[in-house]
Amino acid sequence: MPMDIVVCIKRVPATDATIKIAADGKSIDPAGVTFELNAYDEFALEQALRIKEQLGAGSVTVVTIGPKEAQKELRDTLARGADKAVLLVTDKWMFDGASTAAALAAWIKTQPCNLVLCGRQAVDSDNNQMAGNLAARLGFASVTEVVKLTLDNGVFTAERDIEGAREVVSCKTPAVISCQKGLNEPRYANLKGIMAAKKKPFEETPAQLGAAALEVVSLTLPAARAAGKILGNGADAVPALIQALRNEAKAI
Amino acid sequence: MSNIVVIAEVRGGTLKRPSLEAVTAAKQLAAGAGAEVAVVACGAGLDSATAELQQSGAKQVIAIDGPNFANYSGDAWAKAIADQARSLGASAVLMAHTAMGKDLLPRVAALLDGAIVTDVIEVACTGGTFTAKKPVYGGKVTMAVKATKAPFCATVRPNNFAPAGSGSGASVSKVAAPAGELMAVVKEIIGSGGGRTPLQEAKVVVAGGRGLKDAEGFKLLEELAAAFGPGVAAVGASRAVVDSGLRPHREQVGQTGKVVSPPLYFAVGISGAIQHLAGMRTARTIVAINKDADAPIFKVADYGIVGDAFEVLPALTKAIAAAVGHK
Ligand SMILES: Cc1cc2nc3c(=O)[nH]c(=O)nc-3n(C[C@H](O)[C@H](O)[C@H](O)COP(=O)(O)OP(=O)(O)OC[C@H]3O[C@@H](n4cnc5c(N)ncnc54)[C@H](O)[C@@H]3O)c2cc1C
Ligand SMILES: Nc1ncnc2c1ncn2[C@@H]1O[C@H](COP(=O)(O)O)[C@@H](O)[C@H]1O
Repeated sequence: MPMDIVVCIKRVPATDATIKIAADGKSIDPAGVTFELNAYDEFALEQALRIKEQLGAGSVTVVTIGPKEAQKELRDTLARGADKAVLLVTDKWMFDGASTAAALAAWIKTQPCNLVLCGRQAVDSDNNQMAGNLAARLGFASVTEVVKLTLDNGVFTAERDIEGAREVVSCKTPAVISCQKGLNEPRYANLKGIMAAKKKPFEETPAQLGAAALEVVSLTLPAARAAGKILGNGADAVPALIQALRNEAKAI
Repeated sequence: MSNIVVIAEVRGGTLKRPSLEAVTAAKQLAAGAGAEVAVVACGAGLDSATAELQQSGAKQVIAIDGPNFANYSGDAWAKAIADQARSLGASAVLMAHTAMGKDLLPRVAALLDGAIVTDVIEVACTGGTFTAKKPVYGGKVTMAVKATKAPFCATVRPNNFAPAGSGSGASVSKVAAPAGELMAVVKEIIGSGGGRTPLQEAKVVVAGGRGLKDAEGFKLLEELAAAFGPGVAAVGASRAVVDSGLRPHREQVGQTGKVVSPPLYFAVGISGAIQHLAGMRTARTIVAINKDADAPIFKVADYGIVGDAFEVLPALTKAIAAAVGHK
């Protein structure tokens, strides 16, 4: 059975970016922030390409709901081997899992699709909710935070880490699977891929985002931790640490 | 009266502690909303977990119990829970932000077509409006949100609320787990017998970085963990040592690993890169041991020792064992 795969990606601030809050107190100041493809989405794209290669058939379509600038990240996925890219353009804020999932699900329903791959978590929203949210709206199966995935006769076997152990999940298709680090080693684009990407289909249409289900009240910087104490040097400082943990922090 | 619904997590018949923390968060919402707390659990053989939940301060406990639910299935469980939430008139649905919570709650939220906010560290309900705070951008920013759609669905970060422990007996009802297709279902659980303390549930996390150099260094760290006594401490690692293959990825703390919030965190031979801080900066007390007095980790640590981990760890292990009374 060929798989028509949709890969969901997001353009996010680089993880080492310094985040400043904008004057409105509700958004971030993008000045000086570099953006990149969400790291977990690279695992999703790589897995999609591998499944297509395994089956020797099917398609890989990459989609994002995001700003115009996300063209750059989408082009990169085409250069790495995706067949088609779709940008559902919006300038709205992107943390509202419900409205984002609803809009993505509505778009996916218009596509040939029996597998959706996404990242475990977008590193800006840190939501970790898209896979289940999308899957329930699509009536698909779902497995999240997958670190190992095999496909046999249209049925996936997926492994995921849980607290203190690992689950092995049997998952029918159609399915949504969210990808965790460890699943694979993503490939990068080479020159040939970059040239080929220029001729691949690239669609751009306004996103159909419904009313938001969440409203941002404020963004604040977490209270800085009070300056700590250096208790001393080497093993000689251990008694002072035990004292502090016991009497001051009441941690032991 | 409307209900604040908590989805309890029961594994192998045992109620997971973060579920009781979610009950505490639910009680706060119930107080603000003039609502009651109802707990829903799924599985096969829920009696002992139900008995524990009965004393958590919830008004009622609903056990969806039966052989078809012996193994976790996100799709089937979400449907059964959403049906219960609807008949309870749920104004909010909470679950712990655990591997199961992250898998299950978003499905429930979508079936109920509600608002969803995950990994929350504060919740409130005032004047009928549900609000929450959660870390975003890897913990660099705290976001406060309000729900504009019902029900309000949220996962609660472990170790942020005290576990609910007291309350008069809640009413219990048993519902037969519905038969029907399981689209995705757990077939097997590997490696749970090792007695390892899960990183996110540990009271103490002792994390090591590149400064520990090799397996020998991590052995010293494991001895420190053991000194706290059985089931208390778990070993964590920085990405540098996970990438080098020295420790498994499940131990990685940070933006691309686990977010932990234990009462006590040790960072040993860890420089304190921003991506590492994203995973541990909400720990209550942080101790850093590093030979470089200028290491950034000392800026977030409550207590620091400047020194060679290979010298400090054995002495610390001895002192901790003596202090907590383990050998
Ligand atoms: C996209 C992205 C995601 C990332 N995600 C994560 C993540 O989730 N978690 C994470 O941890 N990192 C993450 N990183 C990596 C992060 O940037 C750092 O590279 C990493 O945390 C460094 O690990 P470290 O502190 O062990 O090593 P180093 O930075 O090399 O620090 C080693 C420390 O050990 C000290 N030391 C050396 N010898 C001794 C000794 N004998 N005794 C005591 N101290 C000693 C040194 O002074 C130094 O401070 C990520 C990076 C990127 C780009
Ligand atoms: N705006 C978006 N457009 C497309 N995919 C998205 C979007 N936001 C999140 N995703 C996908 O959902 C995953 C999890 O995101 P989140 O649930 O927001 O943490 C991401 O890794 C992406 O694969």
